Amino acid sequence: MTTQTDIPPAETGGDQRSWLREHSELGVCALLLALGVLVLTDALTMDVDIAQRGPVGPKTVPIVVGAGLLVIAALLALDVLRGGRGQAEGGEDIDLSEPADWRTVLLLSGVFLGAAVLIEPLGFPVAGALLFWGAAFALGSRRIDRDPLIAAGLSLVTYTVFNNLLGVPLPGGPLMGVL
Amino acid sequence: MNALNSLLDGFGTALTPINLLWAVIGVLLGTAIGVLPGIGPAMAVALLLPVTYGLDPTGAFIMFAGIYYGAMFGGSTTSILLNTPGESAAVVAAMEGNPMAKSGRGAQALAAAAVGHFAGGLIGTLLLVALAPTVAKLAVDIGAPDYFAIMVLAFIAVTSVLGSSRIRGLASLLIGLTLGLVGLDQMTGQQRLTFGSLQLADGIDVVIVAVGLFAIGEALWVAAHLRRRPPEPIPVGRPWLGRDDVNRTWKSWLRGPFIGFPFGAIPAGGAEIPTFLSYVTEKRLSKHKDEWGKGAIEGVAGPESAASASAAGTLVSMLTLGLPTTAVAAVMLAAFQQYGIQPGPLLFEREPDLVWGLIASLFVGMVLLLALNLPLAPVWAKLLRIPRPYLYAGIMFFAAVGAYAVGGEVIDLVILLIIGLIGFGMRRYGLPVLPAVIGVILGPNAEQQLRRALQISDGSVTGLVNTPFAVTVYAVIVLLLVWPLLRKAVTRSRAAA
Repeated sequence: MTTQTDIPPAETGGDQRSWLREHSELGVCALLLALGVLVLTDALTMDVDIAQRGPVGPKTVPIVVGAGLLVIAALLALDVLRGGRGQAEGGEDIDLSEPADWRTVLLLSGVFLGAAVLIEPLGFPVAGALLFWGAAFALGSRRIDRDPLIAAGLSLVTYTVFNNLLGVPLPGGPLMGVL
Repeated sequence: MNALNSLLDGFGTALTPINLLWAVIGVLLGTAIGVLPGIGPAMAVALLLPVTYGLDPTGAFIMFAGIYYGAMFGGSTTSILLNTPGESAAVVAAMEGNPMAKSGRGAQALAAAAVGHFAGGLIGTLLLVALAPTVAKLAVDIGAPDYFAIMVLAFIAVTSVLGSSRIRGLASLLIGLTLGLVGLDQMTGQQRLTFGSLQLADGIDVVIVAVGLFAIGEALWVAAHLRRRPPEPIPVGRPWLGRDDVNRTWKSWLRGPFIGFPFGAIPAGGAEIPTFLSYVTEKRLSKHKDEWGKGAIEGVAGPESAASASAAGTLVSMLTLGLPTTAVAAVMLAAFQQYGIQPGPLLFEREPDLVWGLIASLFVGMVLLLALNLPLAPVWAKLLRIPRPYLYAGIMFFAAVGAYAVGGEVIDLVILLIIGLIGFGMRRYGLPVLPAVIGVILGPNAEQQLRRALQISDGSVTGLVNTPFAVTVYAVIVLLLVWPLLRKAVTRSRAAA
């Protein structure tokens, strides 16, 4: 994980940073370690005097899982330091020869969060349409004439199918109140 | 012939207009999903899990099975016309299919694949009819220790057979088990990893985890590396086969299923290994060895037939033992849990209408798929031209619908995004997604069976291995663990010789 805060002295800076970039998978180990500590702390601070049925209580499995996470974090770190690398997943639409496009990922996540916030005040049809249009925009579609129409159509049809045909209630919002 | 009677009853269920409609929707969706890049059957079934809230189980599973089989049919289209297989099962189809398409024999390649899927699916499903009730009967009085052993087998198989790195597989499994721990302990009501939050006390719904890892994770990952110019599919006419093509392929169609079916039933990664084995077998038996690599039709026919048969094999383990051997089976297992149905030997006794209706619908689905795919392949191929922003925006959209439908809570969407980001990170660093999903789905269940077994044996560990069934399963597990070491030793001694 190359962060701006730990910039080393100038002469070794480039070296260290490229080392960190090479070994960014160690970040995964750190996360697994943190997760393991979290699970273990939660398990060990658990208060289990309430009627435990059977010899194995609610603490046992979390302790095993937590310990497993710690062991795996260590083993993975060892593997990475020895030169092992997780292979990034390929796919039909994936071009791994170019560096990751973080802007699109952030934009897409932002659009998704925005839609999540808007779903209750505006209702599903509007928020869903904004989600589709926003996501298509983030992914590079710029057809102002076509994108919003597709988004609105998809959102309305989905709303009707779920809300009226499948009986899964979705919030209609003010728009559905008017229609 | 008890199975035959049950199957006839099953056709009674499968051929009602409403269930027929679900089968049609399933195979249409499945074919489309198979053809579409970037979206596989596991993601599709995960995205459709919310329909389980409004649909009866029989209809839902008929649709899911249609998607599974349909995606197999559609998947080979992409491989043959684009040469960029999205799923590991379709890699082999590209090896001979794409050269065929390039040399103007795309129509024959598509036909050989479609008929291969039909033959493989048919033979595989017949084997399913013949074997599943027997397996279910053998396993009918399995108890807590046996269930626990099966789930341990699923955990070990999914981490040690799939993927290139066992450590990364185990890391993924542990992430899944951790997510499965969140919520109230099923036996004591103790809060675990809830941090006092009321929302987390209910646990994280399997739908959210599956959709987050399969759909959001994939969409974000593709977004980071989107190919700027999608490859152009090779234009193709209506699939057909000449007499000499049929003469060359009919044996391959019939051989494939016997390789595919057993590999589907055991936890060995689904269709990936059997398609490759079938490819190698056909190559060895072929009379046209010079054509291999340049478009030998047997190299499409055999593996595709094996792929569909492996799907039928997968259903045997899932229905009779509750053991998911592929990602699709895992998500279907999650759907069973949504309905509160426990797949396993008792399923055939308790839900005969559901099981036999589902199996009969597989036959219906296969006929529909052959009818849809042979004449309409050029139409399906048009789906390859869909603008990628719409495709992935659509995946994000339906993922949001699915997660919101779980409980109508905005917080679920936030959790969905977080799990999606975890899925993104896992794809970046080569952690396979399937072990995590299996961990979430089977983890809580495995813990319950473990504790029940130990409760019966009063805490003695021997309570876990006191049945022949459990001992057999543990022996298989040991074999799985030792196998790579053995193989290494064998190749080393061979290299030395």
